[in-house]
Amino acid sequence: MAKSKSRMSQEVNAGSMADIAFLLLIFFLVTTTIASDKGILNVLPPKLDPNNPPPEIDKNERNIFTILVNANDDLLVEGEYRESADGLDEDIKAFVLNFGAPDEDAQALFNSLPQSLRAQAARDPESSDHPGEAVVSIKTNRGTSYEKYLEVFDLAKKAYFDIYAERVNLETAEYRTLPGNDDAEKALIDKGKEGIPMAISIAEPDKIGS
Amino acid sequence: MGKFKKKTKTSENIPTSALPDIIFMLLFFFMVTTVLREQEILVEQKIPQATQLQKLQKKTLISYVYIGKPKNTALYGSEPRVQANDALLTPADIVQWVNRERDALPEADRGMITISMKVDKDVKMGPISDVQTELREADARRVLYASVGKVVNN
Repeated sequence: MAKSKSRMSQEVNAGSMADIAFLLLIFFLVTTTIASDKGILNVLPPKLDPNNPPPEIDKNERNIFTILVNANDDLLVEGEYRESADGLDEDIKAFVLNFGAPDEDAQALFNSLPQSLRAQAARDPESSDHPGEAVVSIKTNRGTSYEKYLEVFDLAKKAYFDIYAERVNLETAEYRTLPGNDDAEKALIDKGKEGIPMAISIAEPDKIGS
Repeated sequence: MGKFKKKTKTSENIPTSALPDIIFMLLFFFMVTTVLREQEILVEQKIPQATQLQKLQKKTLISYVYIGKPKNTALYGSEPRVQANDALLTPADIVQWVNRERDALPEADRGMITISMKVDKDVKMGPISDVQTELREADARRVLYASVGKVVNN
């Protein structure tokens, strides 16, 4: 009795398998959002302790590269008006690598840099003393658009990444995306950064004119 | 001219027996890459472009904050608002929210919590600065400004 039943067909009908798979495929195609976790990393300063005010920092004006962005998204870079942020990365690079008045350590750092970077040192006494002292300061207004702020911040980061990458003889994009998974990569990242801290300071936005 | 003769007697059917396998392969790809959206985004999101993008190694450390103009302006007004998880927050709630997010992480990673700020292009710096002040207050100081790659023409 049971035998006769099983003899009818041994195979499962797989003809509609493709249709079922298509249905599932379309479902996942529609619901998929390919996750994008890319962005620009920033580390905020620690919160202010009212009992412990931050120490007054005595920095020479020449060691600070000031970028002001107002509510109309106009820029004031080192006291000069600019309409667009183009070329800002080159200016920051020149500022960081100026080596106007290097001390002993900075001179050693200078000597360790590759020729292409050393050639960029303008040694302008009006610009930064050495990379360890140089600070890029970005100050916005409360009415500045986020897009403009990000553009300026992006260019400041680019300037530093360009320097790091050139130092270890990589393309900027290659250096930036180094995952640092093994010791060799970590050593490469550290070698690029050594002695040149990424000093980008973001001042509290002011409230005037917003 | 003459007649066109059939040259060969090969069958004209394309073999479709491997079709299910191909489809399954595609299916598995999309199943693996899919992240089902857990929450509805209540604010507008036009992510700005940037060039110096970095990717974070550990995704579990990221918590998302969305800032933008509410989509439902009748209900929430037209001023930029902050969304975390599935509700709109006032800046004062952010510290509490950060602490909750941090408690959900394993103990060793708590110091490394990263806030991914997905901010609409048209938002001004004022609200962003307020959020950052609160994040500093909550001691969640690693911030990722989410952005998409820009095509540079040089």
